[in-house]
Amino acid sequence: MQHTIAHLKRGEKGIITDVSSVLIPLKLLEMGCLPGNLVELVQVAPFSDPLYLNINGSHLAIRKETAIHILIDRIDE
Amino acid sequence: MSKQLNVALIGNPNTGKTSVFNALTGLNQQVGNYPGITVEKKEGICKLPRGVKAHIIDLPGTYSLNASSLDENVVIELLLNRNDKDFPDVAVVVSDVENLKRNLLLFTQIKDLEIPCLLVVNMADRMRRKGITLDIEYLEQQLETKIAVISTRKNEGIDNLKQQIANYKELSIKPCLSASDIDVEYFNRLRNAFPNQLLYKLWLVITQDVNFGKTDRKVIDAIASFKTKSEGDLKRLQQKETIKRYQFINNVLKKGQTIDASQATDVRAKLDRILTHKIWGYVIFFFILLTIFQAIYDWSSIPMDWIDSSFASLSNWVKDTFPGGGKVTDLIAEGIISGLGGIVIFIPQIAFLFLFIAILEESGYMSRVVFLMDRVMRRFGLSGKSVVPLISGTACAIPAIMATRNIESWKERLITILVTPFTTCSARLPVYLIIISLVIPEGRILGLSYQALTLMLLYLIGFGAAVGSAWVLNKILKIKSKSFFVVEMPNYKVPLLKNVALTVLEKTKSFIFGAGKIILAISIVLWVLASYGPGEQFNNAENIITEQYAQDNLSTDDLEHKIASHKLEHSFIGIAGHAIEPAIRPLGYDWKIGIAIVSSFAAREVFVGTLATIYSVGSDDEETIKNRMAGEINPILGGPLFNFASGISLLLFYAFAMQCMSTLAIVKKETNSWKWPVYQFTIMTAIAYIFALIAYQFLK
Ligand SMILES: Nc1nc2c(ncn2[C@@H]2O[C@H](COP(=O)(O)OP(=O)(O)OP(=O)(O)O)[C@@H](O)[C@H]2O)c(=O)[nH]1
Ligand SMILES: [Mg+2]
Repeated sequence: MQHTIAHLKRGEKGIITDVSSVLIPLKLLEMGCLPGNLVELVQVAPFSDPLYLNINGSHLAIRKETAIHILIDRIDE
Repeated sequence: MSKQLNVALIGNPNTGKTSVFNALTGLNQQVGNYPGITVEKKEGICKLPRGVKAHIIDLPGTYSLNASSLDENVVIELLLNRNDKDFPDVAVVVSDVENLKRNLLLFTQIKDLEIPCLLVVNMADRMRRKGITLDIEYLEQQLETKIAVISTRKNEGIDNLKQQIANYKELSIKPCLSASDIDVEYFNRLRNAFPNQLLYKLWLVITQDVNFGKTDRKVIDAIASFKTKSEGDLKRLQQKETIKRYQFINNVLKKGQTIDASQATDVRAKLDRILTHKIWGYVIFFFILLTIFQAIYDWSSIPMDWIDSSFASLSNWVKDTFPGGGKVTDLIAEGIISGLGGIVIFIPQIAFLFLFIAILEESGYMSRVVFLMDRVMRRFGLSGKSVVPLISGTACAIPAIMATRNIESWKERLITILVTPFTTCSARLPVYLIIISLVIPEGRILGLSYQALTLMLLYLIGFGAAVGSAWVLNKILKIKSKSFFVVEMPNYKVPLLKNVALTVLEKTKSFIFGAGKIILAISIVLWVLASYGPGEQFNNAENIITEQYAQDNLSTDDLEHKIASHKLEHSFIGIAGHAIEPAIRPLGYDWKIGIAIVSSFAAREVFVGTLATIYSVGSDDEETIKNRMAGEINPILGGPLFNFASGISLLLFYAFAMQCMSTLAIVKKETNSWKWPVYQFTIMTAIAYIFALIAYQFLK
């Protein structure tokens, strides 16, 4: 199964593999949300929404509805 | 006028542009640790070495030259329009040393516009703690620029920065990478069609979602061959462009920057674990709010009492010292001093409020609140980012409404603008405080005073009204707009005393002077209207009253008092007040309160001053405002005029009514139509009337 950022649990990491350019606003890409970058789920709000991420050193929060369009490879530790 | 050097400060949000601006110009624009503090262009002057004068422009932060919200637009509009009088001779790109990678994206875009660019690496004081070292020479060479490493917090490197700005002619305008490689064929066509235009500028104009009034987008669209690319294709190209820029940046930083993670200390992770926790996060937020209200009450009562009695003595002193002044003395003592006293007395509380908001903003906590509240706010058609206007609206709705500019979705933004005036702004505070102190008993429960709790309840009512009406608006407004949300979580910072103090000082000052001007004008008008009247009843009051009470053997004092109030009743203002009385009597108010309410449609804080002026006309005793109000008797029912029922009714009226001209003006400006402020005014005031009516009729 394909994983997305929304599948991560708190403290887990992944590598972004694909970002749908149609559904994801350019601004998010410009903030570093690009294929190949490391993403860590820092914190989740109640109902897992929004998600507080560390993408490649940038700390930002996005909504779940956006997160499900960002595909990742999970890194298991 | 000799031509000045135009310098624009550009950079990602929260990188310290305004701090640099303040360091260069000596001005005190507001700084805060939240992305989106600056939403407008701000200008200042800086003296550079060799007698050069620079015109410095501080801009809102932007992540890139592709604008996705209104504040970012300001930057792009300026950079794309070479004819703008503020078009920069040199762009100073301010970056944060901890986020260099992301900050450089914007830098490479600006380089493509062939504007001379200087790179400022700010927050150098944090490099050691984060284990960061930079190879400046290498970076300058790769990025085709000059670099100034500075720390505005430690005031380091500012002189060197000025020097470098003065030498702007030496800066290269060569782009550092060629973005057009992403689709050679397309860009070649573009170049051939518009040989005189800058390629990257054309590309920006083609891809912008937002329309710029004047920019030549239509010209490009007119040439059919460039519509060949679908929107999806363009977006894919933009993504490709972004990836390409990041590849370049990664390569440069691989050699130019070393980060020794073992050196880094991370308080942020620890703090975030608690402050954004599912349960503790909310509990802490609630306690912070509670502390603020308790503090507003407890800490400021001493200076307030002192100010109140000082003004009463001052007014008396004027009367005693210039007894011959006649009407002029009366005007100053009764009209102006009493009116101004009605606002000055609230300085301590308002300053405390501003202090807490400044600390919340400077520490970086605000973004955490946005994170915690987004989900809840979305239920009501708002965005997590609406929390910031709603919180800073407790100071004043005007900057709060401007702070909505970083909300991406137009619908969420419009709703936020429309409901923000419900939050309890500092202008309501004077009214609340004085009424609460009159009608709510003293005493404590669990260490919290009833009065502080009532105040907190009023804030909750304001907040609830905002959220509730947002919910309704969300249902009825049929606006399609893509809702999308991303917020940066800045590092925690120890609030800089200087920044906080300056913010508090500036805001308090502008509150007092803004309100002071209106109050001064209104007090004078009111005093005149209260001191003169038409007809027999006013002009002959002495005789009428003396006759009427001839048998009662009143003392001279009592008689004079009776005369004064008879005169007031029949003065111009008394007549006007009695005319509106039928409308407000069901709410439990007399005509004097009515006048105070009407005059506070200019601005709420006028309320107390108006009452002070009306009450002091014709009264000679040295009395504080509060005591005068407590002594008022209900003309019909007897008993104190300000009792529990009429007090609650007044509190509710002020909680809901839209009584602020300046807010209506700013809503008109931000929504670009009279429709919204007119709705806002009518609906809010109607709600206020209904709630006040119900409350009084039930409680009386
Ligand atoms: N440690 C450190 N903090 C700094 C420095 N310069 C600015 N800051 C802090 O960084 C935060 C942001 O500063 P601002 O000047 O408001 O940033 P801005 O770029 O104007 O932000 P926006 O207007 O929101 O885009 C504030 O909390 C400042 O106190 C610095 O040299 N060192
Ligand atoms: Mg700023």
